[in-house]
Parts: sequence; structure tokens; C-alpha cells
Amino acid sequence: MKLHEYQSKQIFAKYGIPIPKGRVAATEDEAKQIAKELGSRVVIKSQVLVGGRGKAGGIRLAKTPDEAADLAGQILAMEIKGLPVRKVLVDEAAAIESEIYLGITNDRGARKPVMMASSAGGVEIEEVARLTPEKIIKVHIDPLLGLRDYQSRDIAAGIDLPRDHWRTFGLIARGLWQAYIDCDATLAEINPLVITGDNKLLAVDGKMLIDDNALYRQQALSEMRDLDVEAPSEIEARRYGLSFIKLDGNIGCMVNGAGLAMTTMDLIKLFGGSPANFLDIGGGASSEKVAAALRIILTDPNVKAVMYNIFGGITRGDEVARGILAALAEVKTNVPMVIRLVGTNAEEGRRMLADAEMVTAETLADAAQKAVALATGG
Amino acid sequence: MSILIDRNSRLLVQGITGHDGLFHTQQMFEYGTNIVAGVTPGKGGEWVLDKIPVFDSVKVAVEATGADTSIIFVPARFAADAMFEAADAGIPLIVCITEGVPVQDMMRVRDYLDQKEVRLVGPNCPGLLTPGECKVGIIPGNISIPGRVGVVSRSGTLTYEVLYALKEVGMGVSTCVGIGGDPINGTNFIDCLRLFNQDPQTDKVVMIGEIGGTDEEKAAEYILDFMTKPVVSFVAGQTAPPGKRMGHAGAIIEGGSGTAVEKIKALQDAGVRVARHPEEIPELLM
Repeated sequence: MKLHEYQSKQIFAKYGIPIPKGRVAATEDEAKQIAKELGSRVVIKSQVLVGGRGKAGGIRLAKTPDEAADLAGQILAMEIKGLPVRKVLVDEAAAIESEIYLGITNDRGARKPVMMASSAGGVEIEEVARLTPEKIIKVHIDPLLGLRDYQSRDIAAGIDLPRDHWRTFGLIARGLWQAYIDCDATLAEINPLVITGDNKLLAVDGKMLIDDNALYRQQALSEMRDLDVEAPSEIEARRYGLSFIKLDGNIGCMVNGAGLAMTTMDLIKLFGGSPANFLDIGGGASSEKVAAALRIILTDPNVKAVMYNIFGGITRGDEVARGILAALAEVKTNVPMVIRLVGTNAEEGRRMLADAEMVTAETLADAAQKAVALATGG
Repeated sequence: MSILIDRNSRLLVQGITGHDGLFHTQQMFEYGTNIVAGVTPGKGGEWVLDKIPVFDSVKVAVEATGADTSIIFVPARFAADAMFEAADAGIPLIVCITEGVPVQDMMRVRDYLDQKEVRLVGPNCPGLLTPGECKVGIIPGNISIPGRVGVVSRSGTLTYEVLYALKEVGMGVSTCVGIGGDPINGTNFIDCLRLFNQDPQTDKVVMIGEIGGTDEEKAAEYILDFMTKPVVSFVAGQTAPPGKRMGHAGAIIEGGSGTAVEKIKALQDAGVRVARHPEEIPELLM
């Protein structure tokens, strides 16, 4: 789950990281009021969960409260990469001497968190990583020991940070580490961390990603979720604990297991069709979950055929069959369906579905071919 | 011969009285797995299937029964603790079936288990199967027969698909290891390839990968340098839309890698035959 810039920075501030003065606004008037209170030049920043806000014109500098109101109005009327701008952050504008990158993420390969920093911070950091990787300092952190002070000093020295900033930098690095740990983040990033005209460190932009698996113990954060970034069907799916991604094709897929769900999509494409969704009902899905999944698939008007591919392990064939029957009793549909049911309690499941009008298939390739044929009216 | 588990494995089930734990304990028991104990805190003294004693802690269970392998079915929020507990009780092989374990929990678990030299398979995995001998996990027993093909997979149900396709043409399996698809897990492809390379009962290996991370690419390097047995592979997610990017830091760490195209190329360059779909794997093994 992604957090907005203003949410990430509010968290950073709680951990002692200096951020610009400012607040979030949803209207022109609010933006004007905030600019008036700040009494300085302000930056109006669109709060949408995509990159490239600046290039899209979603970040503007205002010299007066009236200009702030005007620009806020323009930005609040924008859509950036398909997402509506509902809020803007109005921050005191900082005089920027230089820009540093500082971030923590999980290094899958090393199986440890890694803190990264560069003196070449700012929007081009990915280019820096690609062209001059030696300009990025990486320090792995022992997950049981946490970030040690010497490591922060090594990073500060590694990016040639002037010595008079080392102490503050150490506090910022430790704050970022603690925020990353306490929030179950998979990414906590300050880009840029600027050295201001009056020689102070300031976190001008921030980003956090939170581990969805940990939201059960991050109640406050899970309430910050921005639903705009997801299709309504994806929100509904999450309510039932289903992993669902809407796609553009016309064959609805219900599969257990992410790998098998991706493979099912691969096969549909291989035989000339196009999947309408990725859907993993997960392990040990109940009949309620299966019924919800089918309802969600059928709300997509593009769906011309549904393909079930269930290979029972921890998921039981009879539970899946029960869910399908429950959903079909409730949602009347003429959409043709292909079912392939193998593994744990598959025979019982097949027996239960014998009266439902469905095309059955033995192999995965057979099922995919039949689904493609049905979707194209064959 | 086989790898990691066989008929002599002494299995302990953590979370044995839960919904999934109980169901799969029965399935493993019927398969012939030597299940010596179960653990559910607060239910010590009870019995499961009238034959398997339940203990309050792994430590007590190990002392009483000599269990040497543990399988974990507890809910995600308790899974890290269950893995620490098994490691502290001296279990050398832990198989964690649980899905949805927070990634920071897994980093701490993996760090600790490495220090103790404990082997972990999973989490979020289907476990292991040595056909005809022992099942430690949730892979349906009737979809595979004993034989000489080693199988290692990051996926769950896709693994079943492959085992089933092999059985359909009469091909048997020495051991199947489902290593799980989480970003941070225990045993990886290279660990299993090394074990299969040394196992006299394994002639050929099937490796099932999927998009994300760089484990397939690293495995390809290992295969090129060390593997003496033929490897056939499939990579799931060839048509998956590009995933949601992990911000700047993620892009820096992952570099340009992680797509199916790159993985398939790395594997083919290492001499691996890559199937277009799972049911094509048996042909490529012949």
C-alpha cells in the first residue's frame, strides 16, 4: 500500500525528521489560507500516487496567497496519469543548495534491509543509479541489530556530506530507519533531502510503501489507504481477501495460486485469447470467497466467458463447487463457463457441479482453448 | 534416496488442531508420513487422530518424541514466532506453509535461522513430497509417483500442475520442493539444484520460476557453472502486465531484471530447455 507524500512526511516528522512547514488542502480557499499563515513563497504539490507529478505540471511555486489559490485551483482540476487530484500539499518553499537521496528498502537478494544514499538526489536518481551506480552508497542493515550510528556516519562520509551535517544526518537516518520498522514499510524514502540556503537539512519530499501483509498490525496506516488508485472491483476483492487485478480482455479467470493464475493467463494468450483479470482466490478459500470472486468477475461487462482452473491442495474442490453454485443461484448469467477441477476433493466438486451447465476440461491447455473458443463465439 | 525428507523423517506439526493443520495432518498421515507429534499451545495432552500426541511447546515435543522436521500451519501473525520456536528447540528442518507473513518478520527469521544453521522451506509454500515415502506439506499425494525427476518450484498450485503432467506420461519424481514465492524465504533454487545434483536418485531436474526478483537468473548462473544434470524450466507470468513499481529504491535494487523474458533468456543461455506451458515439460524431459 502506497502512502501519499503528505502522509509519509507527517510520519517522518514524528520521528524527528525536519520537514517543511505546511498543510494539506482540498480547496482553493484552504490553500490560500495556508499560504497566508506561512507568509512566504509556497510550493503547491498535487497528492496523487504516481510518479512524474512535477513533469505533469502538478507541482508549482506560488509567490503570494492569491497565486497559491489560483494554482491550487488549477492543480485540483487536473488528472495525472488517470488519477484525479483531490488534495494538494501547500509547503513553505525552501531555498535549495543541494539535493541528497536517502532511502531504505528490502533487498530481496541479500534478505536484509538496505539503506541507500547519494549526493546526486532529486528526480534523476534512477538515471544516476543506471549510469553512475558508484554514486550511490548502499549499506545493509542487520534486521536483528538495527541501524548502527557508525553506519550512518559511513553513509554521510560516503556521499561527501560536509562534517557539520553529520550529527543531524545521523538523527534523520535513525528516524527513517525507525519509521520503516514501526510502520512495516517496504520502502521509506526522502528524495530530496536538501541542504537549504541557511545550511540546514530538510526532507522536502517523502514516500512510503507499507507491506500489505502487515496491515493487520498497522490499523492507523490501513485507514490512510487511497482508494482512487484501485478499480472498484479491486477494492471489493480485497474486502474478501482475494488477490484481483482488472485487465482489458474478455475471459474471466478464477484460479487458486498466483503462479497458476499467471500461467492460466499465459495460456489464454498463447491460444489467441485475452484474460479479463488476474484472480487468485488464495489457499483454502471458503465457498463465500469463491462466490464473491465470481460476482466480481461477472460485474465486468467485457467478460464473454469464465474459466475456472482449480488445482486443489489446501483448497478443496467441494468448497469451490459450493461457492460457484451459491454465486450462480444469486447472479443469473448467460456467460458460458469452462471448469477444470483437479486435486483435493476434486471428484466431489465435479459431482456437485454435474447439473450446472458448464464445459469441463481435463488439461490446462484444453481448458484454455475451450475458453478462448467460447469467448470468440466458437 | 531423495532430498531433505524420506520415510525416516520424524515430523512435528505446529498448529495441528487448527482447520488447515488438522486436515493436512490427516492427509500426510494417510500418505504414510511418520508424524510423531503436534503442537498447539494450551492443548497439550490431547491426541489427534487417536495416535498423535499434542504438546504445548515445540521444546517439550522434541524432548518427548525426537522430532527432526517441523511443518507450520499457524496463522500469519503467529508464524514468525513459530519459526523462532522450532529453531530454538533444535529442529534442523522447518517447513512453513503459512501465507501472508510480513516481510520484516521474514527478514528477522531468516537472519536468526541462518545463524543457527537451520534450514527453512517457505513460507507461503506447498512443502515437500518424496513420492511413495513421505509428504511434508499440502501437495496432493495422488498426483505424483516415485521416480527420478527432481522438481523445485517457487509456485504452489503450478507445481501440482507439473507433477500431474509428469504422472500422466508415467514420469516419477525423486523429491518435489515447493520453495514458495515470497520475497524473503528460506531454501532457494540454488540450494535445491545443489542437492539434486548430488542425489543419486535424481537424473533430471524441473525448475518452475515466476516473475519478480532475480533468483531464476542466479540459478541460471549456477546451472551453467556446476549442474551436471539436465534442467527443464517454465517461468510463469510471461503475459503479466508490468507490476506496480516499487518507487526509486526498488528500481535501484532490482535494476532492470525480474521479467519473464529476461529470466527465460538467462536460462536458455545456460542450456536450460524452457517450456511454453507446463504441460509441455514432460516432452522436454524425454
